[in-house]
Order: sequence, then structure tokens, then C-alpha cells
Amino acid sequence: MTRSVPPVLPGSPPARKPPILSGIGGALRSGIAVGAGRIRDWWGEYPGTQLLAVGAVLAVAVWLGTTLSGNLARLGLTPGFEFLSRSAGFEIGESWIPYSAADSYGRALAVGFLNTVQVALLSCALATVLGLTLGVARLSSNPLLSRTVQVYIEVIRNTPLLLQLFFWSLTVHALPSPRQALAPLPGVFLTNRGLFTPGITATVAPLSGGVLLLIGLGTAGGLWWLLRRRGRPFRLGVSLGAGGGLTALLWAAAGPAWGLDLPRLSGFNITGGRTLSPEFVALWIGLAVNTSASVAELVRAGIQSVPRGQWEAARALGLPERRVMRLVVLPQALRVIIPALTSSYVSLTKHSSIAVAIGYPDLVNVLNTTANQGGHVLEAISIMICVYLTLSLITSALMNLYNHRVALRGETHR
Amino acid sequence: MTAVAAAVDTPSALPPHVRAVPPSPVHQRLRRLWGGLFGTPLNSLITLVYIGFIAVVVWPFLDWALVKAVWVGNGDACRQAQGACWAFVADKIRFILFGLYPGPEQARSAAALLVMAVLIIATGLPALWRWPLLVAWGAGMAAVLILLGGGFGLTPVATDVWGGMTLSLLVFVAGVLMAAPLAVGLALARRSKMGGLRLLSVLGIEITRGIPFIAVLYAATLLFPLMLPAGAAVDKLLRAQIAVSIFVAAFLAETLRAGLQAVPRGQYEAAYALGLSRWQTLRRIILPQAIRTVIPGIVNILLNVFQDTSLVLVIGLFDFLNAARVAANDSDWMGRHDEAYAFAALVYFTLCFCGSRYSLWLERHVSPHRHDHR
Repeated sequence: MTRSVPPVLPGSPPARKPPILSGIGGALRSGIAVGAGRIRDWWGEYPGTQLLAVGAVLAVAVWLGTTLSGNLARLGLTPGFEFLSRSAGFEIGESWIPYSAADSYGRALAVGFLNTVQVALLSCALATVLGLTLGVARLSSNPLLSRTVQVYIEVIRNTPLLLQLFFWSLTVHALPSPRQALAPLPGVFLTNRGLFTPGITATVAPLSGGVLLLIGLGTAGGLWWLLRRRGRPFRLGVSLGAGGGLTALLWAAAGPAWGLDLPRLSGFNITGGRTLSPEFVALWIGLAVNTSASVAELVRAGIQSVPRGQWEAARALGLPERRVMRLVVLPQALRVIIPALTSSYVSLTKHSSIAVAIGYPDLVNVLNTTANQGGHVLEAISIMICVYLTLSLITSALMNLYNHRVALRGETHR
Repeated sequence: MTAVAAAVDTPSALPPHVRAVPPSPVHQRLRRLWGGLFGTPLNSLITLVYIGFIAVVVWPFLDWALVKAVWVGNGDACRQAQGACWAFVADKIRFILFGLYPGPEQARSAAALLVMAVLIIATGLPALWRWPLLVAWGAGMAAVLILLGGGFGLTPVATDVWGGMTLSLLVFVAGVLMAAPLAVGLALARRSKMGGLRLLSVLGIEITRGIPFIAVLYAATLLFPLMLPAGAAVDKLLRAQIAVSIFVAAFLAETLRAGLQAVPRGQYEAAYALGLSRWQTLRRIILPQAIRTVIPGIVNILLNVFQDTSLVLVIGLFDFLNAARVAANDSDWMGRHDEAYAFAALVYFTLCFCGSRYSLWLERHVSPHRHDHR
């Protein structure tokens, strides 16, 4: 602790020599100086301390790693991913793709991943609709409505997600049996065996379906880019219309035999259509309701963040209330809402791993079975980390892109 | 709505002696309430729908929970009644609070619970934020561990029967205590210019924050035992504890980093100009300000962590929620899951709601920027 050390202020830019613009040699020299400055910064004032700290962490990591590989060798396990092609030997309750116990671990993981994607996407959609409605209701001038929404939000935020999930699971299992099924919409049945919805039967191989989808998306994206000088509604309409039309045309040309498969009661159960298991329904509603509370708060905060002057100015220009909201307030509110909304979606996806507790076969559930059954602990956990990290990184990259696009011109900091 | 509010709130520009007699505050408030309830067609519609909502949802719930409820009695009395069976909760309360902890020794678990509760409440009072509080925490946690585990003349009790609210609170409190120093270290390392330290800290924080808590729990329970030399065993509770503290540390570190960023550079410069060393500057000038700025954020994280501790049931620990769930499986009472969950929800809600109100209060009273706001 000597006082003679000139304090380098955290956050201050590294001291650089001004770039010398005359001659390559000068540029080179200044480049080297900057580089040297960076390296000096990298090493810091106390290179010894840093080396010691980093070295200690690395040493612990190496020690844990060697014991780990020693233990694995002792148990007769060789770490590696070739087990993914071996037969899994366990059944999975529900799946998008055909799966049986004889299929490989890799396929089992794909099933789990698709289940996670399914529940995450549907929950995000439901949470957004619920949250938007509640957020607007929270700002209602009717005190009964705004207070009720406030109570709803407080109850949701102050009880554990797991408890809410148990509650929904209980509720779903207490629904009437298929014979007395609730039918909120024609062709949709809500029973204690799950949710039955109409399904689409198509005899197009998944691969060609995927290719069709890619062609459609590609067309839409290309048009979107080509029409970048046009107005927004026109551009969106044309590119989506052309992409969708082309896909539909190709689909029809490929000659698919497809139709609507409606669920119907036969005997004591409902057959046909698409079945969503009770566990899925409980998880879906549970996650959506849980996230809707935070979405509602985000929407409220976003709308309130728009200065009152904006409302008043828009009204003074003679805009009707609806257009004030749609053209003036919402675009500004979205600037605040969307980044936060995206991170709610990410945390919803992470929270979907709670599926383990009620027995829905999501990715973490399947990986946990894999780890327990075959002893592939290390592999299972690395896959888990990679999948969720990739997801978080992609989302934050998209969020940065969005922030960059909507940032106010000339704004330096937020 | 806004126009009405503005008209009511803005003081009149006229001098007092020419102003008309204002309507009484009660009158004003009633008028505003009436406007909210029936002022516009939409509001009237909402009010009517709301009355329907009370009749269909709220009243049947109150009828079940209070009017037709059974407060004392046994399983038979409950089976004949229509309402909630609170007698079940009363009968099972010891199991819900203390889990599988052996019956005669449950007073010890209760004492441990009390010690932790007192320490948490004491920590909530800004007047007590002095170093003796740390000593109290050290002594208190030692007492809790001795009370629960045994020794010093107490019968030893294995960790796998610890449970209920005591376990929930222990996992939370010990997790946070272990996480705090780690979080400070990670936050400082992430702000440091030293590349190696920064890289390690960024990797640690981002990986932990990027994966679900359940994944961290599984990693700790499944992977950790394999990383220890043969023969060395770490019990399940400690493994869960390590997972919780790693997870909490990553989130706390990010919050703290925001606090560190909010400290103006002039504060460093002034401290150095006064001749303080780097360490003194950090400890006496920077950290106190950084922590104060982010206290509300920290309290919010802690509340979430407390709720998330219920997830330890997926690795088979017997926390409060799990104990309530299992209590409902008792054959004497025939699956009283509704009551068990309602009781658990009430307890969690009370604790977390008080916590979030406390956080708002703290924000107003402790924040260094309280004079700048509004």
C-alpha cells in the first residue's frame, strides 16, 4: 500500500500518444504505442496479483478436472459424445417427432429440445397477450379494474413459480373427464386428460416442409430488403404476402394430401386431433401467467415513460385518442418495452426447465434422465449449458441490434 | 383521467381572497371515485362486469375459504364439510414448518428459525448497519448450525432430515452469505482493467446467468461429487447450498457492477487526492456508495432468490413447499392439496410482499440520491 503509486482511474481511457499522420513509420510507431498501452492495461498495475489470482483459479479448475477424469476412468466411463448415437432405452410421454425407447439418445434430446421450444413459444405468446391487456387495464381510470390488476400482479410476483405451477397442475387435473369435456371453442376440448385441438394431417415429409418454409422466408426477407425505400405497411404486406403466397403455391403444386383432423369423443376418451398433455397445459398456463405479471408492469412503465407533453401535443394536433396511442405514445413506449420484454422471454425459457417438477419432458428433464441413466453427467450438463447459453447470446445480440436501430439520433447515452 | 387529475392538482393562480369556496376534500374524492366508476360508458361497463366477477369468482372463493371452512376437527369432519379444511393445516403445521426433523427435537429447529428471522429483521434496519452486525451474523449462523446439527450436548441430527421453513430459510440465508463476498470480488474483477481477471469474471457471470437455476442445481448435485477425490463425500444440502450461492453471486455481481458504474469518477479522484490508498478508497468511499445505490435492486434479487429456493425440491430436499405438498398426501386427511398450497401461498406472499414494501421504503430512506428524485 504505497502512496507513491500513481493511481490509474478505473474507466479512464488508456493514455495514448496522438496518432502521427505523417508517414507510415509514424503510424506504425503510434500503433505499437497504443498496442503496448493496451497490453500494459491488460496486465494492470499489479501483474503479480493478477497472475496469482488467475493461476489459482486455473489450478483449482485443473485439479477438479483431473479428479473428474480420474473418477470417470475408475467408473469405466469415457467422456465423449458418441453415446448420443446409442439407444436411449427410455420412453418420452409426448413428442413432435416419432420417438420410441429404441431410438438414440440424440433423438431423445431432440424431442426434449422441441418440447422446450414448444412450451416456450406458446407461453411467450400467451404471456404477451395477457400482459398487454393487463398492463393497459392497470392504467384504467376505473379504480376497481386497476386495483384488481394490481392485486393480481402482486400475488403473482410474491409467490414462487413452482407453487403456481403445482396449483395449475392441480386445476388441470380437476377438470371434467372427457365425457363431460368443456368445449370453449368448436373442436377444442378441455379435459383432465389434456387439451384436444384440431390437428392438420399432411403427408409431406418434414424435410420438404422445411425447404418450403425456407423458400417462403427467403422470399419475404429478400423483398423486405429490396423494398427498403418504401413505406412500412406496404413493404410488410407485400413481402409477407409474396413469401406466404409462394409457399402456398409450391405446397399445392407438390400435391399434399392434407386436411383438418377434428378431435371427437369415442368411448371414454377423445381421439383424433392434436393432444396437449395435462402437464403441458399446466406448464403453459403457469409460465404464461407468471410472466404476464412482469409484462404488464413493463407495459405500464413503458407507457408512463412517455412524457405527458407528448400526449398533449398529439391531442393539440387534433389526433383522435386511438391514433394518439398508436402513432405517438406506443412507438415511444415500445423503445422502452421491447428490450425488457425480450429479457422476460429469455427468463421464461429458462424457467421452463421447471417442467422437471411436474413431469413434462423438456430438454432439462430428458438430459437429467440421460445423466442419471447412462452416467453421462458431464456431457449432459455441457449440452444444457451450451443450449441455454446459445439462446441467451442470440437474444442479446438481437436485442443489441434492435437497440441500435431504435436509438434516438444524436443520443449519446441512455 | 389525466386532465381531471391536472385540474384538481394544480393550485389556482388567483389570490386566496377571490377564490370561490372549494368543495370539501371528501366531496372531491367521492366525485372522482364516481367518475372512475361510472364516468364513461366504458367505465360503467367495467364496473358492471366487475360485480359479475365478484359474484362468480370472489364470493365462491371466500365461501370456500372462510364461511364453510372447518377450523377445528379431524379428517371426518372435513370430509362432510363443503369448505376448506384448515384443521388439516393446524394438524400438520409442525411437519410443514420443520419437515422430517425428529419430533422431540423440533424445538431446536424452531429456535434456529427464530434466530435467522431475528437476524434478517435486524439487518433490515439501517440504524444497525455497523460492523457488529457481521459479528452477530457469524455467531448466529454458528448457533443455527449447532442447533440443527447437534453437538455440545445436543443429539446429532443428520442433514437429510432437516426440512420445512427452517431449511428454506437456511438455504436462502447461507446461500446469500456465501455469495456476498464472491459477488463483490466478481463485480470488482469485471470492472477492473486487468484482462485476465476480467475475462474470468465475465465468463463466470455470463455462464451462470445464462443457464436455468435448475441446471445449476443439477450440475452441483451430479457433477460436483465426481470432481472430488474418491472417498470424499459432500452431503446433498451442502451441494445445493453451493449451487444457490454461485447462482446468487452471479446476479448480485451484475447489480453491484451497475452500482460501481454509478459512482462518479470524481469520487475516486477526490479520495486519491486525500492520499487514500486504492484499497482504502474502495472500501471507504466507493463500495459504500455503490452498494447504497443498488440496495433496492439487491432486495428484489433476494426476494426472487427466496422464492427460487423452493426449486431445491427437484433434487429431493424437503423445503417448506415440498413439506406442505407431502403433508397433503397423509391418508388421514385425504389429499388436502388445495389447503396445503393455499397456506404455502399465503406464507410466501406475506413474506415477499412485506419484503417488497420494505424495499420501496428503503429506496426512499436510504438512497444516496433521494434528494435528487422528483
